Amino acid sequence: MNAILKSPFAWLLKREYWESRRGFLWAQVTAAGVILGITILGIIAGEVFRARMGVNMSVHMGAANLSEMLRSASAHDIGQLVKALDATMLLFAFITGVVQFFVVFFYLLGALYDDRRDRSILFWKSLPVSDTSTVLSKVIAAIFIAPVIAMLVTLAGYIGAQIIVSGWFLAHGVNPFGLLWAHTEPFALWVHLLAMIPVDAVWALPTVGWLLMWSAAVRSKPFLWAVVIPIVAGVLNFWVGLLGLPNIDTRFFWGDLVGRALLSVVPASWIAPDAISHGVNFIDGDQLGAISYGSMGRAFAMPEMWIGAAVGIALIAAAIWFRRWRDEA
Amino acid sequence: MNAAAEAIAERPATPPAAGSEIVVHARGLTKRYKNAVALDGADFEVGNGRIVGLIGPNGAGKTTALKAILGLTDFEGDLKVLGMDPRRERPQLMREVCFIADVATLPRWIRVHEAIDFVAGVHPRFDRAKCERFLSRTKLHANQKVREMSKGMIVQLHLAIVMAIDARLLVLDEPTLGLDILYRKQFYQSLLEDYFDENKTILITTHQVEEVEHILTDLLFIRDGKVALGATMEEMGARFAEVLVNADKIEAARALKPIDERAAVFGKSIFVYDSADPERLAQLGEVKRPSVSDLFVAIMKGTYA
Repeated sequence: MNAILKSPFAWLLKREYWESRRGFLWAQVTAAGVILGITILGIIAGEVFRARMGVNMSVHMGAANLSEMLRSASAHDIGQLVKALDATMLLFAFITGVVQFFVVFFYLLGALYDDRRDRSILFWKSLPVSDTSTVLSKVIAAIFIAPVIAMLVTLAGYIGAQIIVSGWFLAHGVNPFGLLWAHTEPFALWVHLLAMIPVDAVWALPTVGWLLMWSAAVRSKPFLWAVVIPIVAGVLNFWVGLLGLPNIDTRFFWGDLVGRALLSVVPASWIAPDAISHGVNFIDGDQLGAISYGSMGRAFAMPEMWIGAAVGIALIAAAIWFRRWRDEA
Repeated sequence: MNAAAEAIAERPATPPAAGSEIVVHARGLTKRYKNAVALDGADFEVGNGRIVGLIGPNGAGKTTALKAILGLTDFEGDLKVLGMDPRRERPQLMREVCFIADVATLPRWIRVHEAIDFVAGVHPRFDRAKCERFLSRTKLHANQKVREMSKGMIVQLHLAIVMAIDARLLVLDEPTLGLDILYRKQFYQSLLEDYFDENKTILITTHQVEEVEHILTDLLFIRDGKVALGATMEEMGARFAEVLVNADKIEAARALKPIDERAAVFGKSIFVYDSADPERLAQLGEVKRPSVSDLFVAIMKGTYA
């Protein structure tokens, strides 16, 4: 283990983290912090309104009444409580997932471009590191380091929210343990979300490769190349179809080509095709079914997964080639 | 002349010899860009333990030659650096070769300690203690970010890192461009005192020829993608002469076929000769070894015309 941490490749990963920790870590911490801040503001507002309106909450919030309620709670009630706790965890996972998408998208666009622009590539290239290792370190940073940090922040955010609400309960003389902490389901859910990272990683490869390739290849404005080209191509394809000429099926074009090239780094974006083909019902409260271990397994059975991965690996190879031979710096 | 430079100048001339002594070996080195030829069949050799100045006008192909040596660009022809092909064996080559390309190429986000940790992590020949010793002589501190440093400080950091790497070939491409004179002097002084030894080779390009000429052991003049002149400083001194000639002897001086002539004060003229008879030159006036920059001007005459 120690030898792995001291290997040159581990140092390449550390470098990626150092360079991008603002996005990978601090953007996530800020987003989770905002949610916690809103929670606190909500609690304060509730307390203030209650005091102003003179409503006596003790009927509902009183310690005795509440523990009585818990004792008499049916399995259904407990189920609803657990769902609420799960929803809190999912809220944090959702927020960090959105942040992760933007951070990783722009990280990949800049990963092999920014150092060419500021010429620091000449420093990196003065060290005995192969271009393959360099590019792969950026792939790993995008598909593992960023998501793992996002999940750690999710967990921290959930625990933070529970602590805040516990404090509120305690202020009202309610023991928060039975309500908030005795249920392990949210933590099992978190492990579940963590287990999705490898699935997300393979699914993300086409976007990772697409963005890295443009990042390594172009002299300027990688965003324009990477984003405008597929969109213009999609519009042209639609227009050709409009004229009644032979074109690529527009749903396939937007979904399977443009979508996979640009949006596969959206966490858990493989769920939609899986859910559609397996009839998982999102609307009817079966959100958790959509991310079951079974659906993760099925994701690897989808041809989209493997075709996308193959294309992604080819694009990453192209990025390595450009990294090696682009020499205008 | 300072002590270190004297030590260099007194070193016995060891011209590039056969076998393992050759650090860079180029034959017919050619690089064509879309609209221009940067290198046009350049032939040169760099021997072990030399400090070579690669000197040429803008656009002569200096940087392209360095890029080829460092494996940063593709090329035609035959090029071996420490016996390796820089195109195919770049990662291995970079264990033995180091370079400072231009000033201020350190990434702006990095902190001093991160830069040191990283290089220590990836470079098998990096000596961390040595690097820290070099840095202790500067005002840099471990938590400082490159973006907070002046150009001169960035070069101090870069030089401290590079000098702590036990490389066999150090390539410097305009390493002191844009630095003030204190940093420039300190840069070359450190290289000589703390880095250079008989097992190391340094290849420098710069336009500030005056600042490096006293440390060079060899010169490579490059013009239009070809090597116009390659020799040791000793050979250079034996071959080229500069004479300050009074107005009355100017015709006699011209008869000896100078390679360059320029006006001096009081109606005198300065003539530069290649392989002329020293006795006959002595009759014309005061004979000196030409400075590298004057020699450069003489040899590059007409480059931009």
